[in-house]
Parts: sequence; structure tokens; C-alpha cells
Amino acid sequence: MDCRIPRTWLTLLAGLSCSASVLAEEVQVAVAANFTAPLQAIAREFAQDTGHTLVAAFGATGQLYAQIQNGAPFEVFLAADANTPARLERQGLGVAGSRFTYAIGSLVLWSAKADYIDGSDAVLKANPFRHLAIANPKAAPYGLAATQVLTKLGLRAALQSKLVEGQSITQTLQFVSTGNAELGFVALSQVYKDGQISSGSAWVVPDELYEPIRQDALILKRGENNPAATALVEYLKGPKVAEIIQSYGYQP
Amino acid sequence: MIWPLRRQPAAIQAVAGLGEIRGRFKVEHADFILDVELHLPGRGISALFGHSGSGKTSCLRCFAGLDQPSEGYLQVNGELWQDSDQGIFVPAHKRSVGYVFQDANLFAHLSVRRNLEYGHKRIPAAQRRIALEQAVELLGIGHLLERLPGNLSGGERQRVGIARALLTTPRLLLMDEPLASLDLKRKLEVLPYLERLHQELDIPILYVSHSPDEVARLADHLVVLEEGRVQASGPLKETLLRSDLPFMFEEDAEAVVDGSVSHYDPDYRLLSIRLSGTDAVLQLTHAPLPAGKPVRVKIKARDVSLSLDQAEGTSLLNLLPARVEHWLALDNQAQMLVDLRVGDERMIARITRYSFDRLGIHAQQALWVQVKSVSLLASD
Amino acid sequence: MPLTQADFDAVLLTLELASLTTVLLLLIGTPIAWWLARTGSWLKRPLGAIVALPLVLPPTVIGFYLLVSMGPHGFIGQLTQSLGLGTLTFTFSGLVIGSVFYSLPFVVQPLQNAFEAIGRAPLEAAATLRANPWDAFFTVVLPLAKPGFLTAAILGFAHTVGEFGVVLMIGGNIPGKTQVASVQIYNHVETMNYAQAHWLAGGMVAFSFIVLLALYSGRSNKRVWQ
Repeated sequence: MDCRIPRTWLTLLAGLSCSASVLAEEVQVAVAANFTAPLQAIAREFAQDTGHTLVAAFGATGQLYAQIQNGAPFEVFLAADANTPARLERQGLGVAGSRFTYAIGSLVLWSAKADYIDGSDAVLKANPFRHLAIANPKAAPYGLAATQVLTKLGLRAALQSKLVEGQSITQTLQFVSTGNAELGFVALSQVYKDGQISSGSAWVVPDELYEPIRQDALILKRGENNPAATALVEYLKGPKVAEIIQSYGYQP
Repeated sequence: MIWPLRRQPAAIQAVAGLGEIRGRFKVEHADFILDVELHLPGRGISALFGHSGSGKTSCLRCFAGLDQPSEGYLQVNGELWQDSDQGIFVPAHKRSVGYVFQDANLFAHLSVRRNLEYGHKRIPAAQRRIALEQAVELLGIGHLLERLPGNLSGGERQRVGIARALLTTPRLLLMDEPLASLDLKRKLEVLPYLERLHQELDIPILYVSHSPDEVARLADHLVVLEEGRVQASGPLKETLLRSDLPFMFEEDAEAVVDGSVSHYDPDYRLLSIRLSGTDAVLQLTHAPLPAGKPVRVKIKARDVSLSLDQAEGTSLLNLLPARVEHWLALDNQAQMLVDLRVGDERMIARITRYSFDRLGIHAQQALWVQVKSVSLLASD
Repeated sequence: MPLTQADFDAVLLTLELASLTTVLLLLIGTPIAWWLARTGSWLKRPLGAIVALPLVLPPTVIGFYLLVSMGPHGFIGQLTQSLGLGTLTFTFSGLVIGSVFYSLPFVVQPLQNAFEAIGRAPLEAAATLRANPWDAFFTVVLPLAKPGFLTAAILGFAHTVGEFGVVLMIGGNIPGKTQVASVQIYNHVETMNYAQAHWLAGGMVAFSFIVLLALYSGRSNKRVWQ
């Protein structure tokens, strides 16, 4: 008697058993706000490819740091800088040796007005503007990078009186996009879509003018024994994620 | 908007009509209509009498300019204050009125003295005919000057309110139930001062009240308001006795009679009052008063009974010859009000219809009235 | 004390901002409160609601709308530019305007309550005593509303001192111009200078406590005229 089970059924069963052992896991991730859009794309792919669910909380790196210190239930931390994860690791709140750079941010000088910036630093030297927005260099890595650029160009003193600071890179973008500041140093990822600057005019600042804006990730103590956390970290290092990250204006 | 903008004449217009007050107001609210036309003497006390909700206070506020009726006309002793046809409306602060509020409405942050000075110093010095000291003396408030209104009794506040209004030397004094918020004791404290005003100052007063006692005691002229309309208007005694007036049908229908002191018997403490136009005398137990002093008494209709002859051997003191004027039946059909003339004065008696028929009462019939109780109104 | 010159400048700037804002608020808030207290117009409710908006809106929302409207394309920005003032974002004047709007209900509402409590009666008394409406306002309403003015001034001042979101959104963190104490505290927290943050924050807590204590003590002794 022929009692073969159809092939399709078998695959389905395999899938089910697989989800029972591995796919039932969920991972809680604290994510720097600037990485919101790429992470949402990554989460979809990650779920499809591994079956794990990624639950993300977005916020400013400093705030997330404070929350983690005070017992927030995050398992993986994707920060906007390198310092904060390092500090957490030193404090024993992260899994030692799990820290790595998941993305490198690119700095761009951007204006909401078309043709205001001609793809070079000429506008900074000509200095026709009232306000140049940067992120608070003490609080935000992109702000620090912006001051490094100005120093390298020898324009720091000349432009000091025109600087307005946003508390975060998001707020800095608001200053510029509303026209209150004619131009500003923002993250490329903020104004970049499908491989090009989405609106206005910009100068993508060459890498050599500022120290790399490394965004580091860290597995936190709570995620130590969660296979989904390890899976996520491995996934972030893969080629698929590299492609996504690039399309959002980061370097992998 | 602080005050609605109004077309104002450059100066208050003079019109004919010294010695009289003419007012016509029409105010329409969703739940209340005031539609009155008043013609009042330019001197003495005119009472606006009526139940609460009859429009007395609304009317007074129109006089003061605190409310602006949609249609209105007002002239006071030759000054035109409002004529809606000509678009004239003199705002409250430009009208020469004194307003005594029901609850005195003193400025809580100012001492009595500074309350009194508030209006006084806002009129030109040349127009001040009443001095601060005079008003203070008249109302007996000299000992209160440095106090704050919060520390005054109701009666004291009301006296300060009256003095404050007087100190603007008003051409018209408006009083909105100045005694209504006071208990009997305080009323008796303030009433004599009101009478002194009447006697010592020549300022016409418009006096709002729902108390027949106050009206009878103070007023020269009476306006009866009912549901926003004038029911009757005329000299006090005639108007009080008009038996077509609704307020007369109440339990406390009464007559006011003027007379003068003719004699006092200290032994029996008995005061005799001669009524005008007759030799008849009313007697009552009272403190001594000098002969010749004019007095006013109030006689309730239910205290008056009738008899065909001069009854002998009765304990009643007051037995007066009278003549029947007219009469009407009360709503219950069991009682009658009979309007009588005693000398020049008029009284009313309330008797049963049975007695009325038994006595065969008819017009101009001469008979005797027996008065059980008399109360003296004005005396000082 | 670990406080820097920048911290002291921020505190000074905050006090300057709060004082100027309070004065302006009393000048602007008084006619608004008066109108709201006296009008029978149907506009009373919508306007009252607009004045109260800052009570319920997150400061960052107000700040964002101010940023947009004061910017070169916004209606305030267009107005100030046409007047030759440029745009007001990132300026002290801009902060003052933002603070006035943000603290408006804290001044208007106590004043409105005070005016409503006074009612019409004293004004009518004043009118029958020959005081014109302005005269009556200054000699009767103002003195009677004094506790209301005190409450309004204290609340307006304190609320402006505590303002953060709006300043953050339109200030640009410029030392001496828009870097006020609350933003400076945030800077310290963000950069993990907790000691400095504590000193400044502790100072503000103490200040707010004293202000509120003064306010509540004043309220319990309400028999001001006695």
C-alpha cells in the first residue's frame, strides 16, 4: 500500500519543528534613533531569514544608556557612537567581547534649498549664511565630527558665531529643513534615499576630514543566553545587512 | 470689550421738564420683558414697588445707565440722559446719579473714608453741595471712617453706601432695596436716616422695595410694577388704596393715614392724633411726642371693623365716623374690602360678606369704623 | 562648587528671560484675561481653549510649531522679515516670544479667575461714582485683583524658568543668548557630567520649591485686606 506523505507536507513539518526549537525566540533591541529606518528594513529581512522576532525601542543613545544602567530589559544595544557601548562593556553590563562596529556614519553638509551647496565646501568659505546648524558636539558624535571638519578647513573661528546647536542630530535636521538655519552638518542617512540625496543640496564630507563615526553594537547581559540575540549580531555582520545599510547612507 | 461703544453726545442735553422725571424703557430678554413708561415728580421719594421679578431693579439700572435698554428715553429734571430715537445714551459715569446697592457694594480694598471720597473727589469741587462731614453726620458714621468694609455690620455698610452715593451730589438718588439684606433690628437702625434724607436734602429719590411697610413709611409717590409693566402710578395714598391693584388683595392690605399729634396723656401714655379734615382722633399707646408734630400711621384692613352706630361700652379706643366710598369682593367670595373716607383720609376695612349684607352697606352710607390696632410709621 | 562660567551665564540668562517674559505676560495677559472674564461672546470658549493649549501640548510640539512658524517660510518669520528683523529663531527675542506663548495660560488663568471673582458689582459702583471705565479698572479692579496678579506673576516666572522643550527646539544652545539653565542641565546629563547637572538641577529644585512655598503661603493668608 502506498502511503507516501506529500513532499510539501514534509517541508511544512520541518518548518514547524524548526520554529518550535529556534524560531520561538524574540530579541529586545535598543536602537539609536538615527538608525530607525534601516533597522526596520533589517527587522523584516531578519524575521524572514531566521524566524526570530526583533522588538526595537528607539531613542537617543544617552537616554538608552541611562535606561540600560537602570535595568531596562534590552538584550542588544545598537548605539550611535563607539563610546557608550564601550562604557557599558567596562561596567559589566554587556557581554565581554561582543562589541563590534555595525555601521559607520557619513557626515553631510546639507541645505533644504536646491543649489545652495555646489557639492563642495565653497559655501562654507564664502560664508553668506546667518546660521550653520550642527549637533551638540559634546552629546552627539555627528556634532563632534562637524567641529572636526570645521577645524580641518580652518573655518572654526570664522564660523563660531554662526553655529546653532541641535541637541540631537534629528533636531539639527529640523533646524535646516525648516529653513531656520540655511545649512547644517547632518547624517547622510537622514537625507539619503535610494542611493542619492533626496532633496535640497549637499556636500558629502570626505572621510579624511573627520574621524570615523563608528556606531557600535553590544550584546547586553540580559541577552547573553538568548539565541536570537546572537543570531541578530551575526545577521548584522552579513552581506544582506551591509547592502541595506549602504542604501541608507551608512558604510557597513 | 470693556464697555460697548456708544454714541455719546458731547455734553448732556438740556430739555424742558424741570421738576419732573420722565422715563420709558423697553428691555427684552429671553425670559423677561420690561416695558415701562414712568412720569415721576422731580422731588420727594418715589417708590418702585413690586414682587421680586417684577422688574424693579431692571428699571432702576436703566435709570442709572448700568443697563442700556434697546428702546429708551429718560430725562431727569431737565437733563436728557437717554433717547434711543436720537441715539443718545449718557453712560453711567456721566450721569449725576447716586446709587445705593442692595448689598451696599462698598469697595473692599478701601477704608470707609476712602470709599466716601471715591465719588466725592470725582466731581468738580464747584458742584459739591454736600460736604464729607455733613454726610458723615447725617448717616452717623463718624466712628467708622478708618474701618474697612469687611469689619462693618450690614446696617453700617448700608449707611456708608448711602453717604457715598450722596457725596456725589446727585440730581437723582437711586436706592435698590437698601434695607432688604438687613434684619429687623438693622432696618430700624437705618430707616430713621432715610427719613432724615427725605427731610433734610432736596434730592429726588427713586426707592425700590418689595416691602409695603417701607413704602408706606417713606414714599410720597408709588409706582407698582408687575411682570415688567406699570400696574399703577400716583401719589402714595391714592395708589395704596386703589382696590384694583393685585397687592391689595393680600392679607396685609392696609391704608396709610396722615395726621398730627393733638394731645398726649402721660398718665395712660396715650397719644392722640388728629386726622386732617375731621375732628376725629386716633389714639394709641406710645412714647410722648410734641403736639402739632406731623405723623403717619398705618392701619391694616383686617384691623378695621364697621358698625352702624357709635358703640358704647367697648374697650376699643378708636371709633371714627366714616363714609362708604366703594367696595369689592375678595377672591374667596366670603370677604369684602370696603373703601372708606374718614375726614380727608381713606381707610379700608376687611369684613365678611355676611356682615356686609347684614349691615346693608351702600355707597355714601355713614357709619362708624372701629380700629383695633394702629401703628405709627414716621416719628422722630 | 563645580559650576563653570557657562553655568552661571545660563542661570543669569534664565532669570533675565523669565523676568522679561513675566513683564510681557502681565501686559499681554491682562487684557486677554479681562476680555475672557467679561465677554459673553461665542468666541470666549474657542479663545480660552487656545490660550490653554500650552497646558496640554508637549513643549516639543509647541517648540516645533514655533520653529516652523518663526522660520523664513512661517507666518511669524515672514512678518519679522518684512519688518527688517530677520528671523527670530536662535535669538533671545525668539525665546521671549516662545516663552510668552508657552507660559500664557499660567498668567491668563489666575488673572481671569481673579477678574471673574471680582464680578461686575464693584465696577458698577465705580461707574455710579463717576469713574470712567479706565479709571475704574486702575482704582478698583487692579487693587482687588492684586492676589491674582501676584499668583500670575509667580506662576509665569516659575514656569518660564522651568521651560525646556520650547527653548530646546528654537534656541540652538548658543551660550549667552539661548543657553538657559534647563538646557544646560540637559547638556550636562547628555555628556554625563552628573556633578554639574546635580548642582544646577538642585538649584532649580530649591528655587521652584521656594517659589511654590511662597505661593501657597500667600494663598493661605488670603485675607489680604484685613
